[in-house]
Amino acid sequence: MNYKEEISISEKALKRNTIISFTIFIALIIGTIFLWKKLHQEAQIAQAPKTLRKVLDANGKISSGFLSDNHLAKTYPASAAVKSVRVNGNVGMGNNFDPSSWMLQVVRNAGDTLLLTLDDIKALPKTEIIFDFKCIEGWSQVTHWGGVKFSDFAAKYNLNAQTQMNYAGLETPDKKYYVGLDMPSMLHPQTILCYEMNGKPLPMNQGYPLRLMTTIKYGIKDLKRIQTIFFSNERPRDYWYERGYDYFSGL
Amino acid sequence: MKKVIRKHPLAIRWFHWINFPVIAVMIWSGMLIYWANDIYKIGFGNKTVLKFFPDSFYKALHIPFRLAEGMSLHFVFMWLFAINGFIYVLFLIFSGEWKLIIPGKKSLKESLQVILHDLHIRKTAPPQKKYNAAQRIAYTVVIVMGLGSLLTGLSIYKPVQFHTLCSLLGGYEWARAEHFILTILFTLFFVVHIVQVILAGWNNFRSMVTGLDVLPKEINVVLQTAAISNPANLHKAESPVIKMDNEKKTNDVTLKEDIKDDDKEANEINKMSPGEDNTNNLTDINK
Repeated sequence: MNYKEEISISEKALKRNTIISFTIFIALIIGTIFLWKKLHQEAQIAQAPKTLRKVLDANGKISSGFLSDNHLAKTYPASAAVKSVRVNGNVGMGNNFDPSSWMLQVVRNAGDTLLLTLDDIKALPKTEIIFDFKCIEGWSQVTHWGGVKFSDFAAKYNLNAQTQMNYAGLETPDKKYYVGLDMPSMLHPQTILCYEMNGKPLPMNQGYPLRLMTTIKYGIKDLKRIQTIFFSNERPRDYWYERGYDYFSGL
Repeated sequence: MKKVIRKHPLAIRWFHWINFPVIAVMIWSGMLIYWANDIYKIGFGNKTVLKFFPDSFYKALHIPFRLAEGMSLHFVFMWLFAINGFIYVLFLIFSGEWKLIIPGKKSLKESLQVILHDLHIRKTAPPQKKYNAAQRIAYTVVIVMGLGSLLTGLSIYKPVQFHTLCSLLGGYEWARAEHFILTILFTLFFVVHIVQVILAGWNNFRSMVTGLDVLPKEINVVLQTAAISNPANLHKAESPVIKMDNEKKTNDVTLKEDIKDDDKEANEINKMSPGEDNTNNLTDINK
């Protein structure tokens, strides 16, 4: 590098150079402030400014591009799992829920709903996952879950046509909490329909009788107390997406 | 006529000034995210010296309950941060500018002398090119920190897809802590940087906008004093005194390349007689 090459320049040229440079500089500052303000006044899609939402959706596409069934979350021995599992939300867990009359509704097609009891689900091969559960708030906890892989479940109940679709939607009995997951994440080997925590039936506040548990999404997608599962090529509605969060929310 | 040095290439000025608002947004949105699980503090035993961050701080900046907004900003502006940083590093490599930034063998020792000089404890500063030794170390470290933020950020953004990276960084929670610490270091760098820019004065700041470092009129006197106070400099090839003499001959060539919009002035300079060049007096004295 030839740093320290001196050059001579007339006062006039120097002045002109300075004025031009600073004019551009100040114009850029004003332009940046303008863009920042504009971003905040922009029309929103699901409570995120349009521009941000588009990039978030593009991020989701990129992320799902390198999502792989071979990328597994690290698992731990059962002894590593915490005893007091954090309960972080109760939306969709309304009081007037009768567990004895609960049945899982799997909407295969419009007007064709498969009804299953908890025992039907427990009859399928059990998968246990002990992993570092991650909340979108930023905390994590090694927790121990048991249930049936959704992929096993789909195979057993011949949901081939349904799992060809782009998304699965899940809803609580009161329909107040609802999530949508892309099908590859739903069929991931670490995504289970979960009925056990620490080797015991799910506690009420953890979504008894059945919840979703997946290692490859933030906890916001792990809907508690599943009543309905349906399939769609369009994105099913999603509680936190509607509140400004990323739809994909994958890890 | 004024003597100037083309200090900062146009590209570097762009990278620098794009980076400033982008990092500001990254830090701001990072705080919106961090608030949702603000577990870090400095202390010993049960005693907390400093909590990150005090409630009054959150309140004053209206940070609480803006996690979604923070995440959406963070995961959009991360692209600008990464792309700008990536092209910047490529530019450093291919332009050769990296040679002016990365520290050399003597930099550690010299940076101490620079600091002592800045604190007015030592009278002279060691000879330097574009950046002094302390700057070289600081600017190199901050580039590495940028890479660190990118990697720790990536491993908490997609900890399962990048599980190898994540476990190399000590796992999810460590990576998050590292990401946070790097951000604190960035803000400390920023504070020192601003103070130094203010102390260095207008000419230095202007050079980051215009690219030109205007040499003082009394350059002869200044360099002469420097030479006398540290005669060893005179014998070194990198001494500013001798270097100017060596490179004067190449001025004609570089002027044509450099001042494309200023052909008139360039020609004027070419026609300049050696007597008008004030560095000549200087080299005479030194001889």
